[in-house]
Amino acid sequence: MTLQAAPSRAIPREPTRPLGVARPRWGERVIVALLFSCGLLSVATTLAIVLSLLRPVLDFFGEVSLGEFFGGRDWAPLFNPPSFGVQPLLLATFTTTMWALLICIPFGLGSAIYLSEYASPRLRRVLKPILEILAGIPTVVYGFFALTLVSPLLQDVWFFTERKPDLFNALGPGLVMGIMILPTVASLSEDAMSAVPQGLRAGAYALGSTKLQVSTRVVVPAAISGIVASFVLAISRAVGETMIMLIAAGNNPNFTLDPREPVQTMTAFIGATGIGDVPQGTTGYLTIFAVGATLFAITLVINLIAIRLVRRFREVYE
Amino acid sequence: MNSASSRYAITKEHRGGERAGDRRKARIFQGLMFFSLAIGILTLAVLLIQVFVEGWPRLNMELLTNFPSRRPARSGAQSAIFGTIWLMGIVMATAVPLGFGAAIYLEEYADPKRWYNRLIELNIQNLAAVPSIVYGILGLAFLARGPFGLGRTLLAGGLTLTLLVLPIVIISGREAIRAVPNSIRQAAFALGATKWQTVSRQVLPAAIPGMATGTILGLSRAIGETAPLILLGALTFVTFNPDGLTSQFTALPVQIFNWISRPQEEFKVLAAAAIVVLLVVLLAMNSVAIWLRNRFYQRRW
Repeated sequence: MTLQAAPSRAIPREPTRPLGVARPRWGERVIVALLFSCGLLSVATTLAIVLSLLRPVLDFFGEVSLGEFFGGRDWAPLFNPPSFGVQPLLLATFTTTMWALLICIPFGLGSAIYLSEYASPRLRRVLKPILEILAGIPTVVYGFFALTLVSPLLQDVWFFTERKPDLFNALGPGLVMGIMILPTVASLSEDAMSAVPQGLRAGAYALGSTKLQVSTRVVVPAAISGIVASFVLAISRAVGETMIMLIAAGNNPNFTLDPREPVQTMTAFIGATGIGDVPQGTTGYLTIFAVGATLFAITLVINLIAIRLVRRFREVYE
Repeated sequence: MNSASSRYAITKEHRGGERAGDRRKARIFQGLMFFSLAIGILTLAVLLIQVFVEGWPRLNMELLTNFPSRRPARSGAQSAIFGTIWLMGIVMATAVPLGFGAAIYLEEYADPKRWYNRLIELNIQNLAAVPSIVYGILGLAFLARGPFGLGRTLLAGGLTLTLLVLPIVIISGREAIRAVPNSIRQAAFALGATKWQTVSRQVLPAAIPGMATGTILGLSRAIGETAPLILLGALTFVTFNPDGLTSQFTALPVQIFNWISRPQEEFKVLAAAAIVVLLVVLLAMNSVAIWLRNRFYQRRW
């Protein structure tokens, strides 16, 4: 009975109105608008960063010429007379980043290859959380580690030259920063390698390749854009790292490549000047923003390259 | 005869893995790869042991109950611990709704072909990699001074940290939502549910464990952040617990940094002890996140 009755009620003889949304659902629209505004907040954040940098930077370059800022090799903004050559900070950021990459690129990539190609699933389940813990350690702790253990250790074991490194030097915090970034490189590269289809490996094995050949000649080349993206992101992290440099690099704006000497990176300058509670509106206060804007611009370019590379490897295999 | 010998030659050449030299090379390579991984893990072990040994003399209740003092023997981290708890409360209360909202919008509602949705996505990816000190500048110029004028208060510090961890919460939230299979949504639609009913009653409950994992990871990042708070002036000598959102404050990592930068050796010991406290909290949070992920997140549909 009901079986016969139901269709006759559900299907009217002639459609009275078009199919689709019966009436506007205002509640749904309000919800979409609210959720959209949450997403928009991220754009607002970026805009706020740019805006908060823009005014002080314009004021700063009203007083200091671009040529003096980027061309000078003497950084003493709070001295009298002041000097605004930012090159020592740029060079220190560059050298410490290089020391970090020296650690995190080979060892990060090695960890990724081991995790992706050699470790058994059980071992991987144990090792990956340990690397995540390494990634979760606050940078202030790494700074303490660099200052109280790594730099003194470097002084003890230094045999390359007559002069030993200072307690505050560029090398120690740079190497510690490499350890800090290692998990980022390892996990991103491992993601890229895991995304390589099993068929490629099987094909190489079928041709008689060894595991070593499969890893180095098939998996790594196939995952290369993801691996390079992890390197680029590592550079971005190293350039932006503040606390390790502030604690252990000495805050001395030296224009030097020497790993034994104290240096001051861009981030460390911003931090060190920020502590001092510099009065608003002075040129000293404005330098925070000028250096901050330089830092933001550099990391923005690096990040966009990394994002593009990640997108490429996602497109290839997903 | 001729063909047989050439076949033999090919086989021999291509079974390189059988040769003793190649086997040694393979073993050395595997050893090197394991060594790379061991470097990270060994450093972690050395770091934990060093901090624990160095901080051991000061790992007592006074560390938790005393306030900072000029004399290291009487110093403690109570105001810093309370400051960190307050900051976490602010970050939780703001980052969770905003981050989940953005994640839901991007995964469930946004049309990825629209330029503004692509802009939001690119923007979040970039924000995730902006140096934390730049967020400090933002907080200083926009929240503490400037348009919001909150001063060097807990609220300004908490909101700065919220902006800092939002990208992490959003990105991990999106991954959790994406892991919910489409058949669940289609089933709900087929039963006549509206979009929001589908999202709120089917998709979100299934995605919550993954989203919680990401939130905990974001929070643990916020707990350890030092640089942006330094710019906001959290370094000042604070010998009282915060009593509200507009209170002046210090936080545990800032207090640690303060103690590290003092010349006296006793303050280094104090810093190590406070680091142990910080790491215990972080390890506890990470364990919960990993447990949550293993318990729920890897469910196969």
